[in-house]
Amino acid sequence: MKSLTGYLSVHKKRMAAGLTIKALGTVAELFLPMIMAYMIDEVAPTGSVLSLSLWGVAMFAFAVIAWAGNVIANRMASRVARDTTETIRNDLFSSTLYLSARQTDKITVPSLVSRLSSDTYNVHNMIGMMQRLGIRVPILLVGGVALTFSVEPVLALVLLAVVPLLTVIVIFVSSKGITLYTDLQRAVDVMVRKVRDDYTGIRVIKALSRTEYETQGFASINSNVVDKETRAGVTMSITNPLMNVVLNLGMTAVIVAGAYRVSKGLAQVGEIIAFTSYFTIILNAVISISRIFVNVSKGSASSKRICAVLNMPEELVKDELLAVEGEKEEKGGIKFENVTFSYDGAPALKNVSFELKKGESLGVIGATGSGKTTLVALLLRFYDCDKGRILVDGTDVKGYDEKKLREKFGVVLQNDFLMAASVKENIKFEREIEDGDMKKAAERAKAAPFIEALEDGYDSKLTVRGANFSGGQKQRMLIARALAGNPEILVLDDSSSALDYKTDAALRATLRENYPDTTIIMIAQRISSVRFADKILVLDKGEAVGLADDKTLMQTCDVYRRIYESQGEAGGKING
Amino acid sequence: MAEENKVRKSRRAVVARLAKYFMRYKFTVILAFFLMLGSNLFALLGPMLTGKAINAIDLETGVDFQAVFFYCALMAIFYVVSGVLSYILSVVMIKLSQKIVKSMRKDLFDKIIALPVGYLDKMQAGDLINRISYDIDTVNSSLSNDILQAATGIVTVIGALIGMLAISPALFGVFAITIPLSILITVQRSRQVRPLFRKRSGKLAELNGYSEEMISGIKTIKAYGVEESMISHFADKNKTAVDAYYNADYYASLIGPSVNFVNNFGTVLISTAGCLMYLFNMIMLGDISSFLLYARKFSGPINEYANIMSEIQSALAAAERVFRLLDELPEGAGDTAETELENPKGDVSFRHVRFGYNPEKVIIHDLSFEAKAGQTVAIVGPTGAGKTTLVNLLMRFYDPQDGVITLDGRDIKEYTRKSLRAAFSMVLQDTWLFEGTIRENIAYGKDGATDEEIREAARQANIADFIEALPEGYDTPVTDGGVNLSKGQKQLMTIARAMLSPAHLLILDEATSNVDTRTELLIRGAMDRLMQGKTCFVIAHRLSTIKNADLILVVKDGDIVERGKHKELLEKGGFYSEIYNAQFE
Repeated sequence: MKSLTGYLSVHKKRMAAGLTIKALGTVAELFLPMIMAYMIDEVAPTGSVLSLSLWGVAMFAFAVIAWAGNVIANRMASRVARDTTETIRNDLFSSTLYLSARQTDKITVPSLVSRLSSDTYNVHNMIGMMQRLGIRVPILLVGGVALTFSVEPVLALVLLAVVPLLTVIVIFVSSKGITLYTDLQRAVDVMVRKVRDDYTGIRVIKALSRTEYETQGFASINSNVVDKETRAGVTMSITNPLMNVVLNLGMTAVIVAGAYRVSKGLAQVGEIIAFTSYFTIILNAVISISRIFVNVSKGSASSKRICAVLNMPEELVKDELLAVEGEKEEKGGIKFENVTFSYDGAPALKNVSFELKKGESLGVIGATGSGKTTLVALLLRFYDCDKGRILVDGTDVKGYDEKKLREKFGVVLQNDFLMAASVKENIKFEREIEDGDMKKAAERAKAAPFIEALEDGYDSKLTVRGANFSGGQKQRMLIARALAGNPEILVLDDSSSALDYKTDAALRATLRENYPDTTIIMIAQRISSVRFADKILVLDKGEAVGLADDKTLMQTCDVYRRIYESQGEAGGKING
Repeated sequence: MAEENKVRKSRRAVVARLAKYFMRYKFTVILAFFLMLGSNLFALLGPMLTGKAINAIDLETGVDFQAVFFYCALMAIFYVVSGVLSYILSVVMIKLSQKIVKSMRKDLFDKIIALPVGYLDKMQAGDLINRISYDIDTVNSSLSNDILQAATGIVTVIGALIGMLAISPALFGVFAITIPLSILITVQRSRQVRPLFRKRSGKLAELNGYSEEMISGIKTIKAYGVEESMISHFADKNKTAVDAYYNADYYASLIGPSVNFVNNFGTVLISTAGCLMYLFNMIMLGDISSFLLYARKFSGPINEYANIMSEIQSALAAAERVFRLLDELPEGAGDTAETELENPKGDVSFRHVRFGYNPEKVIIHDLSFEAKAGQTVAIVGPTGAGKTTLVNLLMRFYDPQDGVITLDGRDIKEYTRKSLRAAFSMVLQDTWLFEGTIRENIAYGKDGATDEEIREAARQANIADFIEALPEGYDTPVTDGGVNLSKGQKQLMTIARAMLSPAHLLILDEATSNVDTRTELLIRGAMDRLMQGKTCFVIAHRLSTIKNADLILVVKDGDIVERGKHKELLEKGGFYSEIYNAQFE
């Protein structure tokens, strides 16, 4: 089990040293008012200018110690915070990348992103602040009170009565504040979603002249945010005035009580003055508590969210029992045996079987939601199938080392991902691929002409998600990426939908010509994209309703024929 | 230097504009000012009274209880009054700032939604969201906190100064040694630390951007097995980010203790000098005490000064970003059109239209064609040839640089945008559903649509069975832009929306691209009915949808290379027949 304490314990020694130094510095600070009281009550009456000056110098020395101790300790604390956060963040990122697809689905991508960004930031802040103030504040509080006891016990009791009251106020208001701020955050989320939503749909809104409607919708969301924020603000803003009043009243009480004590000869005036200084110190400490409180509650909630990801069990591990080498002639082949799979309840694939030999091609066609994409997810072992098995090169996918399995593939996924990097980096995609091979792949994917027409050619930059390229250009770059690794198996999931028929046809011809040994799985909505395949798998609501070549399916498979008719009807007859 | 001047000038303009928002609530502002003054003055009297009370204790003749009680009672009253006033002040300020924030946010949203589509196309959603949430928040906290703190600080510093001078000018002379020290630390600190903090948030933003990007591509990264190299890139960026954080911390961590040190140093000086003066009967003990309290009060705001200033700076920068967006011209700012388009016949013509999203990069060179009422115009061509651009021009999301588009014989610029757009219904490739129920989303097409009409439209679009099978039926909420629906289902819903709409012109931009072919067959009849009697503009990859069009425009590189009916074009054996036949190869 990983935990924040575990990460911190690596830096035990440094933290201990830092905290000790911090404690020394803080204690030195506490002695200042005490020395002052001594000067006023004991040294001043002797009338010795020299000893007064000497005590002044001593005070100065303590002030210097306090300064140095705090600076050194703060810097050590920052280093611990830096190193711990760095490790946590790296671990979290790599844990995130190695989560199984099911785990990712469960946590959701936006939540993973916020764990990596704002949660690690909160933890960083908390670690730093805990070390800087976590020891200082208790010492100031406890030490301050303790010292006042040694100066004048009865007056100290007055002080002691005030401190718990303050602590209660701080904790009460802060905890109330946390719920209010959570409410506020929720309201803000709604607002953000509205803005994002309307931004995406601006054309529709304008086309339907619904701007007024949207404006009104926003106005009520806006009011809600403002209400929540006002409530939270009004509640939180009571803390400072209230604490000031309580402390100042306490100080007034000390003076009154002090007057009695002095008149009875039990206390001295210098001590009362020292008390007023302690009050200031304690006031600052209490104010710091409220800051620590907010920080720690945020930070510990965040560290919980982080550790939840770090402690996810490893799924999809290699099953050594299944790691048997397949027969030689099965190299490059794929076999689905009665595969059944469901994401969550209803099966997405039911009892699907097919076999592909090296160099053969499979077309997959079917309605939206018929399980086409699921097929790819299972083949790449993003998920494990519930029943049946999947063999690649004659070996169960569960028997592979994850990396070894996926190395065999070149894949373009549905809505695939391009990085904010150069065209070259996107095609190479972190693999060791020669520039020549990269360019060859771009040519074969019909991407070379538009890339070379760019000012910087292959070094041209893509913006985030490739937004500066058209849908068709993006798909061609993605196909180039898949081809660049000379894969044993090529999987194209709906990856030519943005290409026009002509480019699509040219691409298919290139594939046939240049990759005779590559096993190809092509998923598409268009029948023309899959017709050329050696075998076509027709899926309907997760079931295989046809598996044969185009000719046979036309005679035997209703679903296929209907799809064909819907798309081929236009030409009446096939004339090419 | 000139750059700096410019910044300063624009800052001043921003301040003036913010002040205008304040001036809407003049009386509240005046009230707040007096509350601030009152609460601080009462608080400032405290140390003076403390000193007097202690003086009354430290008498040759013993303790003057009457005086002690009197001063302490006054103190208690003053502190309570000050506390109450300062709480009322906070509440007033929060309400005031929230009012301002509310109207700013409303102005901003109204502006966003009124901006030309072309402007929004160039902007990222994240940028807009940043301005409407984060930037406005920054302005808000600055309005409710920093200004108050700054004002309080000024009053406190002046008050404490007067207090100290009144007690003992000589002792003040000693204390004054620490003032340059405080100022030195403050100035040096902001100069040194501010760029470091800027760098720190910049690096952190970079890292967060990177992780968002990578996690959204997690499946691809896994598919190619390149996790390790992504992890090592991340580690590099992470290192830079934590180092930047540390650097800022390293210098910032000097500040707290240094400020404390100056405070303590002040205490040392005052105590030592005070005792010496006491020795020579130049001062009373109680006065030393009040002097010390004033000294602490005095240094407080000075130490906070840099903090407040940097926060106000960032608030001004945020306000500037908000104002800049508010200053953008809304769509149709220069419109003089007043003609309301009513019951259009639907004759559309393009005459020598020339257009480019970027004026230097023309994508439609010279386009002319005519569509008579009730006709269907299909636009065909390769990806990126400018097909969707025609829709942008028709709906006036963009205006052509040259040439005219007419509807019923008049330039479309002569009609109000609202009435022009109301004349069209459309189904786009990128479907859009908003937060709300399925019912609301379909009903969006027509004001006051009845339940019966909604159901009928859904039935025609072949989505009714699916909707009715949902546990909440038509009341099922569409969450987060519709992620719980498949792309195809979303598109069917927008088709239902179009079916409900009474518009006379119809735009179908890849209207069935996400719908599988079997469903497409099922709704074909309904689509035909939808198109009946309307002037239709159809953009499609699937050539089956367009073979019945009255006019097919074949677009290539922004120009119309061929035009005619399906049959004619096939016979001609040109570019159209080439792409048409490609689908059967």
